[in-house]
Amino acid sequence: MTVTASATATRPPVQRWLAIWALALAAVLVVFLLRDSVPWAVNYPTEAVIPIADWVSALMRWIKSNFSWLTRSITAVLGVPLDFALNLLAKNFKIGHGADMIVLPRLSWIGVCAAAYLAGRAAGGWKLGALVGGCFLYIALFGQWTSAMLTLGLISIAVPFCIVTGLFVGIWAWRKPWAEKLVISPALDLMQTIPTFAYLIPMLLLFGNSPVSAMIATAIFATPPMVRATMLGLSRVPSEIDDFSEMAGCTARQKLWKVLLPSARPTLMVGVNQVIMLALNMVIIASMIGAGGLGYDVLLALRALKVGEAMEAGLAIVALAIALDRLSQAIAHKQAKGGVHQEAGQNFWRRYPNLTLAVAILAITTLLGLFVPALAALPKAMTLTTAPLWKAAVNWITLNFFDMIEAFRVALILNVLNPVRAFCEGFPWLGAVFLLGLAGYQLSGLRLAALVAALTAFCAVTGLWEKTMATVYLCGISAFIACLIGIPVGLMAARSDRFEKIVTPVIDTLQVLPSFCFIIPVVMLFRVGDVTAMIATVAFAVVPAIRYTNLGIRQVPPALIEAAKVSGCTPRQTFFRVQLPLALPEIMLGVNQTILMALAMIIICAMVGTRDLGQEVFIALSKADAGRGIVAGLAIAFIGIVADRLFNAWTAKARARLG
Amino acid sequence: MSEATKQDPKTAGKDARPVKLACRNVWKLFGSNAASFIRQRDGKASTAEVTAAGLVGAVRAVDLEIRQGEIFIIMGLSGSGKSTLVRCMSRLIEPTHGKVEFEGKDLLKISDAALIELRRHRMGMVFQNFALLPHLNVLENIAFPLGIQGQDRPTREARAREVIELVGLRGREHFYPRELSGGQQQRVGIARSLATKPEVWFLDEPFSALDPLIRREMQDELMRLQTMLHKTIVFITHDFDEAIRLADRIAIMKDGEVIQIGTPEELVVNPATDYVAEFTRDVHRAKVISARSLMRACDGSEHGGTVAPDARISSFSADIVAAGKPFAVVNGTGKPIGEVTPQAVIDLLAGIERPRAGT
Repeated sequence: MTVTASATATRPPVQRWLAIWALALAAVLVVFLLRDSVPWAVNYPTEAVIPIADWVSALMRWIKSNFSWLTRSITAVLGVPLDFALNLLAKNFKIGHGADMIVLPRLSWIGVCAAAYLAGRAAGGWKLGALVGGCFLYIALFGQWTSAMLTLGLISIAVPFCIVTGLFVGIWAWRKPWAEKLVISPALDLMQTIPTFAYLIPMLLLFGNSPVSAMIATAIFATPPMVRATMLGLSRVPSEIDDFSEMAGCTARQKLWKVLLPSARPTLMVGVNQVIMLALNMVIIASMIGAGGLGYDVLLALRALKVGEAMEAGLAIVALAIALDRLSQAIAHKQAKGGVHQEAGQNFWRRYPNLTLAVAILAITTLLGLFVPALAALPKAMTLTTAPLWKAAVNWITLNFFDMIEAFRVALILNVLNPVRAFCEGFPWLGAVFLLGLAGYQLSGLRLAALVAALTAFCAVTGLWEKTMATVYLCGISAFIACLIGIPVGLMAARSDRFEKIVTPVIDTLQVLPSFCFIIPVVMLFRVGDVTAMIATVAFAVVPAIRYTNLGIRQVPPALIEAAKVSGCTPRQTFFRVQLPLALPEIMLGVNQTILMALAMIIICAMVGTRDLGQEVFIALSKADAGRGIVAGLAIAFIGIVADRLFNAWTAKARARLG
Repeated sequence: MSEATKQDPKTAGKDARPVKLACRNVWKLFGSNAASFIRQRDGKASTAEVTAAGLVGAVRAVDLEIRQGEIFIIMGLSGSGKSTLVRCMSRLIEPTHGKVEFEGKDLLKISDAALIELRRHRMGMVFQNFALLPHLNVLENIAFPLGIQGQDRPTREARAREVIELVGLRGREHFYPRELSGGQQQRVGIARSLATKPEVWFLDEPFSALDPLIRREMQDELMRLQTMLHKTIVFITHDFDEAIRLADRIAIMKDGEVIQIGTPEELVVNPATDYVAEFTRDVHRAKVISARSLMRACDGSEHGGTVAPDARISSFSADIVAAGKPFAVVNGTGKPIGEVTPQAVIDLLAGIERPRAGT
């Protein structure tokens, strides 16, 4: 009844909206065609640019000169645990100076590999142990040990920091709904859409080029998921458990720490997993401001176009990423299942056999390392290198397929990229503000319209319109291609269990890899430029399109499919008339994620010579120009927020229609 | 309605046990300005008024007294407000209006510290979905409320082991909740709530999540515990059969109101409304109705035996039918106060309604 009523009631508005859109597009087209007579509507006039960048720079300068005591003390305090971790894992402890210097060795590589194996075995059986231990062994054998341990050391300090901060912020947000709504949620949204590069600039200015500033940037970047997980976990604790804690006579503090947080542990662990993966991603990128480690190796190799070395370091990152991800996921999974009783052991050794064993192995191998150098550091003779292999492979490909690859590249640039680019860059800013605002109004109302229009206008009034559109063009094309590939793959995976079994591990792995890693192989084949950026972005952003499509189709209730079959639908009809429409909101969510991921990746692709906002941030980073970098970073964040809000409004509408 | 809510004078007079917990015109309204709405009307409002004000009345004008040591059951279908009411009694939910008296003291007026103290030592609660802490094993779960009070580990674990023994979970001390069946989990829930030796024991649909066979077993278990412990029990259920099996008295709720309070027999014999009658229709009457309700004045015929006034019909139905003669109903001193005929018992068993001989 309601369906027919609303259908008849909404028809006139739909027609009206069509007319409005036709008019709006026509108006923008007129501006587009008459660009020479109304230049101010196409390109934002330079003389009217609001110098926000200068203001930000001035503010940063002021902070720097007035708060150096604060930044210095923060650096000093955070430096202590960080140095300890780095020394322990990678650098050796050096006490004293000159001839009196005593060197305490770092942990032995064999010991760490064994400990990794034991951790994996404890969390998920011997298979996981072999995987995790194998990943570490790989890193050691391929000569990436010291770099990888530098990276791991940074993560091991940044992650607990993120977890504790995230936990407290999350608790605060959960306790005070106004704080969550007014402060925390907007802040989290912004933190997650600002490109990683943009974090580095203020850190560089305030804390200098050092591991500490890399760690702080990492900590800020990786905290949001922990905050969200805490909020979610606490709100998901069953109300009966809440009631129970009251009836047991818990004080507010006892209730939080002894009942609610432990009950929320599975969700919290999911947050921890995300924190670790984000931290790894950021530590790699933060190598630009002194993090060192694997990221720095990749960066150096890429700058010198040594593809072999870049690939090797990149693969070590992959190994580290897989090890950390699988390990933390297994722990989260174990938490979610709940405890299993075991025979009550009396002493520590009985209760924590794996931990004791790991500590013992680490201690013994490290001590032995004092006498047997091979235990302290893997002898050069034992390490393998694949760099020449990669180089040869690339050479071979270039030699044999150069014409083909080049033809593909040129065709793509001439026929697709350049026309779209020209169209985007020439698009009138006023028209974009107007059209996006209109879309916002239609999808949600005046508030969304105002937000979207204001954020779009920000990109123009700061004088970044052309670069913004360059970003939109590359991001848009990449996201479009990613969806073009991802949605059909997702559909296929949804229809065939066998295909899904093949696809799932692939996308799981793709999702785990830090964004840096996607650039390396593509650069090898396509050199620098927009094509490389596009291909790397597509590979990075295709995952959510596949995942959500598959999920969306699969979670259509079986009863509905049975109902369709019983009413005589052919499989084709069932698919197009039942499954696809019902899965559409979920698919749109995937598209939304794809766009956001593409945006994040495009920015990183500034390293391979794109000419957009990412490049702006990249240049600002190398010049340590805070204002320029932050404004460009905000512009990127705003593109993401505009896309996200419009898509969410659309999805919400579609959901509401499906009930 | 108001007449029905009043207690049957006979039972009220007979029970001399002190009132442990009482609700005096308790209201819980949801919606904006609910408190001022009910205060302005001095604690009186009709359904229409509540609805007109845009409020939802989860609990409305509830008056009841629960006596020490009795099993008081609050029965109602989902959405009838029974869970909200029991949460008002334990102040998990703050009532909008009215008084909740614990041994005559208004629970709503005491300080937070006093409330915590009260809950730690004098109240216990069992939950429908057990509400066990997933990260603690059986022993730790049961000892948890004691730990909250600050008892040291040996003391609280000794007490926990006592109650584990009591509910028959010995040998499972180190199991985690997910390793236990539903029935076992609820035994843990029961043990946990008993560990603090509470005086008032709230059971919020404790057996509803269990399958029927286990439910019966747990009901028996509860009766067994109650004969040993003599707690004041407030038991919530939506299952009338369960209510009849366990209750000393039952309060039936509908749309937030208590529509009748009485013993199972009173509800079956004298349902206050059609709604109550609807519930009692399928009840196995012989198990509820006592000889007192079925007896008539002696007409001089020969008696085949004697029964106590409170004896349930089912306890002697086979005998009286086999004997084929009326049984005398005798009071404590052995003096006959009436008789029950085989025909009356057969009618009752067959579900035939005839005008009963008055008591």
